[in-house]
Amino acid sequence: MSIRRDEREAVIEKGGGEPVVAKLPPASAVDELIEEGAERTARGRSPRQILWLKLRRNRTAMAGLYILAALYLGAILAGFISPYDYSRINQENGFHPPMLTRIHIFDDEGGLSRPFVYGIKVTDPTAKGYAGYEEDKSAKHPIRFFVRGDDYHILWVIRSNIHLFGVDEPGRVYLFGTDIFGRDTFSRIMYGSQISLSVGIVGIIISTVLAMIVGGVAGYMGRLTDFMSMRIVEVLLALPSLYLLLVLRKAFGDELTSVQSYLLIIIITSMIGMASEARVIRGMVLSLKEQEYVIAARALGFSKARIIARHILPNTLSFVIVTATMTVPFYILNEVALSFLGVGIQEPEASWGNMLKEAQNVGYLTSFTWVLVPGIFIFIAVMAWNFLGDGLRDAADPRTLS
Amino acid sequence: MKTFLLRRLLALIPLLIAVTFITQALLVASPGNYLSTLMESPTVSGELIEQLKKEYHLESENVFVRYWYWLTEAVQGNFGYSFKYQMPVWRLIWERLFNTLLLAVAALVISWGFAIPLGVLAAVKRNTWVDKLIGFFSFFGLSIPSVFFSLLMVLFAAKTGWFPIDGMRDQIYWDEFTPLEKVRDVLWHLTLPALVLGTIAMAQYMRQMRSEMIETLSQDYIRTARAKGLSRRRVLFRHALGNAINPIITLFGFSFASLLTGAVLTETVFSWPGMGRLTVEALFAKDEPLVMASVVLLTVMLVLGSLISDVLLAVIDPRIRLQKQ
Repeated sequence: MSIRRDEREAVIEKGGGEPVVAKLPPASAVDELIEEGAERTARGRSPRQILWLKLRRNRTAMAGLYILAALYLGAILAGFISPYDYSRINQENGFHPPMLTRIHIFDDEGGLSRPFVYGIKVTDPTAKGYAGYEEDKSAKHPIRFFVRGDDYHILWVIRSNIHLFGVDEPGRVYLFGTDIFGRDTFSRIMYGSQISLSVGIVGIIISTVLAMIVGGVAGYMGRLTDFMSMRIVEVLLALPSLYLLLVLRKAFGDELTSVQSYLLIIIITSMIGMASEARVIRGMVLSLKEQEYVIAARALGFSKARIIARHILPNTLSFVIVTATMTVPFYILNEVALSFLGVGIQEPEASWGNMLKEAQNVGYLTSFTWVLVPGIFIFIAVMAWNFLGDGLRDAADPRTLS
Repeated sequence: MKTFLLRRLLALIPLLIAVTFITQALLVASPGNYLSTLMESPTVSGELIEQLKKEYHLESENVFVRYWYWLTEAVQGNFGYSFKYQMPVWRLIWERLFNTLLLAVAALVISWGFAIPLGVLAAVKRNTWVDKLIGFFSFFGLSIPSVFFSLLMVLFAAKTGWFPIDGMRDQIYWDEFTPLEKVRDVLWHLTLPALVLGTIAMAQYMRQMRSEMIETLSQDYIRTARAKGLSRRRVLFRHALGNAINPIITLFGFSFASLLTGAVLTETVFSWPGMGRLTVEALFAKDEPLVMASVVLLTVMLVLGSLISDVLLAVIDPRIRLQKQ
């Protein structure tokens, strides 16, 4: 079969017989038709609507979605929700135990009052923890809402110093206790979530885009392009990823600012994470490019880039979305691992990984158990992503179409 | 089979070259080397540094020169001396490799020993509370970060005193132990880290096993077997399990490999003297020969892992012929 074409006509010649002459519609009209067709599928619903409907019926997946919404909202509003700045040091309050269970609603006479905490009395400055502090019953600090405190900004734009809750000076409220420097663990977790949670999202976007480009081009072009990119992908897959991450991270030296190492972690992790995804996408493209509609698009004279981007890759999208969701935990855990090993986010910046580093000291771990709180948050975030990813996978599975 | 094995092993060579070259390039690119920390100390003379530089072959900053030097030595089986430990790299690595393998094998036994029966159970009791409980458990194992889990276990060990919190042998009485006591001591130290790695790995295989089993149980030949009047047990173990387990076998080699590399954090928390920690420490100390040798070994292990699963699959499934691949 051969195809000859010019601006408005295509002549398709098959072996023997009359050549078929086709009038070509303008390119934009073709795209419109394709989009229309995508919307009018079975039962008048687009695949994406079906996906969403199926997902909504899955209770664990929705639970995951809500948890994630809450966590990410918390990360955006970190400055507002946390009562203190993440770097606010209070040497005399080091390793103060959590106050979450010490918020009182009954006053001394047993009557109901607005929630309050007592002041902090240092009984043993060397012991710290439960042994070192006591509630100072003489000073009562009611918990107030929308109080003024440390400056912060939300998304680099809104500057403010109004916090969701707090107590008047000299009172302090440490919901999850404090770390060795007396910094509020709750505030650090909120600020830390900005780093630990965004690594996943940003990383997955970069790696997905890379994987779609590499997989799409390799699969469609074939030959040398395909061969070369797949060999690179294989090397990436064969390397023990955490070590590669460490070697790469080390290659950039130790004196990086937190922003630099944050970007570095994301870029490195997504380069590694891209490999397996690119390979699967390539496989899908290989079979998709033999489909009739792709041959039709070629006959219409569309450029290769256009065919890959508009006709082939959209068909891999449901796979891409599902894998992307399921690999977000990989990014979150990699940041944790690197920061825990000391080559990730550096002090005084907070991330869930570098906060956990404190727990490596067995003495701290046993006496000040709240150093493990960031771990609970990592666990919850990863679990929620897994719930959502699992639900999406089931929803995208055509066999479960009911 | 022979050609297949040979071909796979030959494919290892370019891979190893690529991997070691990348590592070497990154090591050269990273600022400073092992000597730069030595240079900062005032007692070390410039002459000594120059001499050491020659000895360690750090004089050239050219990646190709350095790599060529390393390669020519390495193909003769000489992986050099560790800068930090001042002993042949291989001796160091063999010792640690054993520890890591011990941990990996223990974790494998735990994960596979539980994953297969529990996965089958969940599939058979599908949609009952047993299935839901197992499902919840597997989500737990999938989601818990190994660092956090390890730290929890250390906390548990420290609070109860039932298990040692770090190392792999008793610090004080080790030399006085009889061989049997030594084995017991190591196993005792092994329990918690193996449990952490085992549980995390188990979750994944359990889910896989469950879905494979459900898939298999819905096949026509299972219905036929039941219709023939075979006992439920026979159908389950003889007909279903044998078929459902195939895809899981592919995971086996992979799981071995991921245990080798994924154990770094657990090894760090439990101060387990394994390969992972050795490599990370070598990397931080810029102990080049050690890093290079570790990378070689880890890559070989990863490839061997997938090779083992391919061979296992061919042994178990008569439909698969390795020669054709």
